[in-house]
Amino acid sequence: MLSIDQLSKRYPSGEQALADVTLELPSGQVAALIGPSGAGKSSLIRCINRLIEPSAGRITLDGQDLTRVGNRELRRVRRKIGMIFQEYALVERLSVMENVLSGRLGYVGFWRSALRRFPQHDIDHAFDLLARVGLEDYVDSRADALSGGQRQRVGIARALIQEPTLLLVDEPTASLDPKTSRQIMRLITELAGERGLSAIINIHDVALAKQFVPRIIGLRAGRVVYDDSPDALSAERLTDIYGAEDWSKALGSSPEQTSPEQTSEHAPNAPQQVTS
Amino acid sequence: MSGTTPEQTRKTWSPRPLIARRWLRWLALFAVIGYLALALITVPVDGARILRGFERSGRLFGEFLQPDFTSRWRDIRIGILESLTMTVVSTAVGVLLALPTSLGAARTLAATPVYLLCRGYITVVRTFPEIIIGIVFVVMMGFGPFAGFLTLTLATTGFIAKLMAEEIESVDGRQLEAIRATGASWAQVVLYAVVPQVMPRFIGLSVYRLDINFRESTILGIVGAGGIGATLNTAMARYDFSSAGAILIIIIGIVLVLEYGSSYLRKRLQ
Repeated sequence: MLSIDQLSKRYPSGEQALADVTLELPSGQVAALIGPSGAGKSSLIRCINRLIEPSAGRITLDGQDLTRVGNRELRRVRRKIGMIFQEYALVERLSVMENVLSGRLGYVGFWRSALRRFPQHDIDHAFDLLARVGLEDYVDSRADALSGGQRQRVGIARALIQEPTLLLVDEPTASLDPKTSRQIMRLITELAGERGLSAIINIHDVALAKQFVPRIIGLRAGRVVYDDSPDALSAERLTDIYGAEDWSKALGSSPEQTSPEQTSEHAPNAPQQVTS
Repeated sequence: MSGTTPEQTRKTWSPRPLIARRWLRWLALFAVIGYLALALITVPVDGARILRGFERSGRLFGEFLQPDFTSRWRDIRIGILESLTMTVVSTAVGVLLALPTSLGAARTLAATPVYLLCRGYITVVRTFPEIIIGIVFVVMMGFGPFAGFLTLTLATTGFIAKLMAEEIESVDGRQLEAIRATGASWAQVVLYAVVPQVMPRFIGLSVYRLDINFRESTILGIVGAGGIGATLNTAMARYDFSSAGAILIIIIGIVLVLEYGSSYLRKRLQ
């Protein structure tokens, strides 16, 4: 159970990225976080694992206040929070296996990790995960030799090998083509379901969110302006989140009928960047 | 091309000049030319001296072209070995010392006091040319290759640490963030996210520095810091140009080998 209580983040530049965000995410629930670029989606998930320090408010994960933990404890907390990134954020010059095993760094001492001497059960787990995401033949390939979809699968395996209870997913499909985007979203939601993980998925593509995720949270200018099931997401509510636009096609009747070309056309056309 | 556009409606375009005001542009140009002309006039040129110089250089080059490897071979051999030892040892020690310094001098990784300390060290070391550091160490440690070793080690740390710190500061931050998010410690972040990104550059710079250090080691002999430079200096002072020619040929040979070796290695690393 993740609960966020009156979370605020103001950057030194004065920009108010988050204002009084209050949310609860029960264990095992997957939620999509939508909103225009600069709405604070990236800031919100980065405050949870403290890659960004929140300015005010409380974040509790399974009863522990994450905003108050010290450095050593923060590392232990981060082990339980897997993160998947927009442009994969793999270490390009390391092999697929090394990238996956890097998810165990929080559990393994310095020398073991320096010498790449990971415990056998970590290596078994890595092989299992690579097979699950369909990359068993790429174990020793360098990460920069893979395609976008393959890289994101490595990113998913790296997050899952941490044995997290919570997944933070930052625009997982922003750099992928429409078909691969669907495969990756399906993989993430399936794996979260199999393992009973809760997840927050930042996503630009409203149709994709509606197709795969049972709860949608809309963020605008750092505030929660929508928090409900995808079915309640009407044109008026989308206008609340993104501003006025013709939403009829993005909403569609059934997500399955939305063709990839249409969705990419109707995805909010703001530049894809990590808002920070 | 329809060719229907009337001449007067076409827009012309030329690149913007560096200095917008026309008179200032010409003034600057004349000032530079005038200064160069005046500077040339003030250089004393003595025709007779130049003629005598040609005469002497003829003799010098004549003897250079008949290099004598044998009569001073013992000194030459000792000098070359000293230079090579100085080069290899100082590069190795310097590179090792540069590793922590470069991490400390990277603003993205180091705490401010450590950063300032490391940057300060680099600035001080890099302010002085090798030859001046060499003179200081000769005064402190006495003549011989130990002073040369210290000089080259110091210069190597400054050189590698400065360039590596810049390399470390410009690594892809998303990879750092991803490793940090797994719960990795600072040292593990360096090991898994920074090192893989900067390794090729690091090896390339180290090999390049080996090359530089050999060339520097030949100069340091002239101020008494050991190596082949000392032998060369002695030969020149005794007007023994045949031996000097032999030494120069050996130096050129070694520099060429190092040059080709290091560029080959760097190409392989890409």
